[in-house]
Amino acid sequence: MSEKEIKRASEPFRFYTRLNLTELTGLSASNLKELLGCLKEVPGSSIYHHTHRFLQQHQYLSPEPPNDFAYWVHNVLGEKELGERLASIDTIGFNNIGDLRMEFISVIENYIKENASAGTKFANKDDALYFMKSISFIFPTSYVAYDLKGFLDGLKNITIDSIYFHIFESRLRLAKGTNDFSKWISETIGDSKLANDISKLDPYSYTLDELRDRIIKLTERRLEGLNGKDR
Amino acid sequence: MAKIDEYIPIVGQPTIDDLRIIGQKLEGKVIQHINSTSVGGGVAEILNRMVPLLKELGVDARWDVIKGGNQFFEVTKKFHNAIHGRHEDIDRRDYEIFMDTSRENIAGLDTYGDIVFVHDPQPVALIEKKKDNKWLWRCHIDISNPDREVWKFLKDFVVRYDASVFSAPSFAQDISIKQYLISPSIDPLSDKNKDLPQEVIDSVLSKYGVPKDKPIITQISRFDRLKDPLGVIKAYKKVKQRIDCRLILAGGTATDDPEGTQVLEEVREMASGDTDIHILLMPQNDIEVNALQRASTVIMQKSLKEGFGLTVAEALWKAKPVVASNVGGIPLQIKHKYSGLLCHSVEGAAFELKQLLNNPRYGKKLGENGKEHIKNNFLITRHIRDYILLFLSLYHKEDIVYL
Repeated sequence: MSEKEIKRASEPFRFYTRLNLTELTGLSASNLKELLGCLKEVPGSSIYHHTHRFLQQHQYLSPEPPNDFAYWVHNVLGEKELGERLASIDTIGFNNIGDLRMEFISVIENYIKENASAGTKFANKDDALYFMKSISFIFPTSYVAYDLKGFLDGLKNITIDSIYFHIFESRLRLAKGTNDFSKWISETIGDSKLANDISKLDPYSYTLDELRDRIIKLTERRLEGLNGKDR
Repeated sequence: MAKIDEYIPIVGQPTIDDLRIIGQKLEGKVIQHINSTSVGGGVAEILNRMVPLLKELGVDARWDVIKGGNQFFEVTKKFHNAIHGRHEDIDRRDYEIFMDTSRENIAGLDTYGDIVFVHDPQPVALIEKKKDNKWLWRCHIDISNPDREVWKFLKDFVVRYDASVFSAPSFAQDISIKQYLISPSIDPLSDKNKDLPQEVIDSVLSKYGVPKDKPIITQISRFDRLKDPLGVIKAYKKVKQRIDCRLILAGGTATDDPEGTQVLEEVREMASGDTDIHILLMPQNDIEVNALQRASTVIMQKSLKEGFGLTVAEALWKAKPVVASNVGGIPLQIKHKYSGLLCHSVEGAAFELKQLLNNPRYGKKLGENGKEHIKNNFLITRHIRDYILLFLSLYHKEDIVYL
């Protein structure tokens, strides 16, 4: 199959990106009960911030520490079992922040019920968990794809903030349920195989650069297949 | 001074492209920075670099400085210490001096900016001039445990701003206006952080008489109790019992600071008799600081209190393993066991130093992670990005903003 036979999308894909500004909420927790209180009170953008901050700020780590709550409970309060339970919450399994928030609350409430002494451990001021939230600024980049080849070029050139936006932010925070790449590839290119392959990736177990490489490889392999080079 | 495109090899073209895109969204807005000095100090240092870069990105950034005499700056120095939590004798006369000079500045300084960005407490009273333009107050100081009376005095001004900015989460205050977290940054192209040829590093070691025969532990800080140089020596001595190494304590002179002189004497006394401890009383020389950091095996920052602790970012940028106290902005820069080691005591510091000296591969990994972390979060390009987003946030109320 020649290059000109690569299917052109019915709608182009415009790569967007998002940049975050961090706002301090003024709320902080020094023990499990305060953590629970804050989890119920803070806006969704704060739950989002603390479950995704590591991905953005510590993107060189793989597997990265899963979320601020697990890290804090384990390393500051020394509640290792609860830390493990919070770490094992499968963020990818939640399609909206509200459900994710309820899962954290439920896991902590159950742990406190089972462990009467759990509420007695306090962090000092320097080690308190300070709740923050993300203000997201979303804007289009100059990269636009009209087919898979253009999509591949865009992937190679955009920032990891853009990868982050199309994979994580769209799916969870904007409650779209899937990632933007799979949605576009499936709906406008009609390539459900590649769309599914990208959709099946667990993005939380890669660094953002690795995730970009993985999607690039899947797309290259698909293009090679379309060109008849797939063995 | 570096041009914006010179950062492309470090952070990548798309990152600079993004800055240009968001910079253009401020077209027609004048951003007026106001602080108390154009030379000396961290705020002037960052504004000197940042204002020209913002202009290159299409942001009409300008910078004005308030006026004040010796008496005024003596009072604001007391305020600074008191906000840091140190006891200061501050009486009614001090507040009067502060207000007298503030009134002169209110009368004499044109606050023409669409956004007036006031840095630190000295110009805080200018808020009296607020009209329908936007005002931001940027606190560069550790305000986690301020003197209550001084903070109450300043807070009455601060709450009239549209928003405030702090450097670390623990500095957040119980105030009614929005509070943003924006960390300071280092400039990878400055003399303090740029790459250096090995000959330069060797010549600096040679100049200060430091042989390269043993691992070197270094803390670079002024001789100040809050930097705990005596604690550093105690930790080194515990390490030295097991591992042969050298210690460099390098910092600026403190001739105008009686307490600093006293601390330096105590440091020299504690170090006496050990020729592997090098006390370097250095003038401000960024290339030499850079060289000493690059020559070191492990960098320490065992502060008891820190505004932010950018020496940690400087060390990590050079991919050095760091042992540092869990205070101020340091835990933002070091995630324990991932990008460095945090300590809470002399004993803890000594234990971690031994871990790093005995396990160079572990230290190398922490240093590499640390460098990536600084690259992603603490370079001047990120700082510029946050400031532009901050300016834009003044015109948007929502949590998700489509530009």
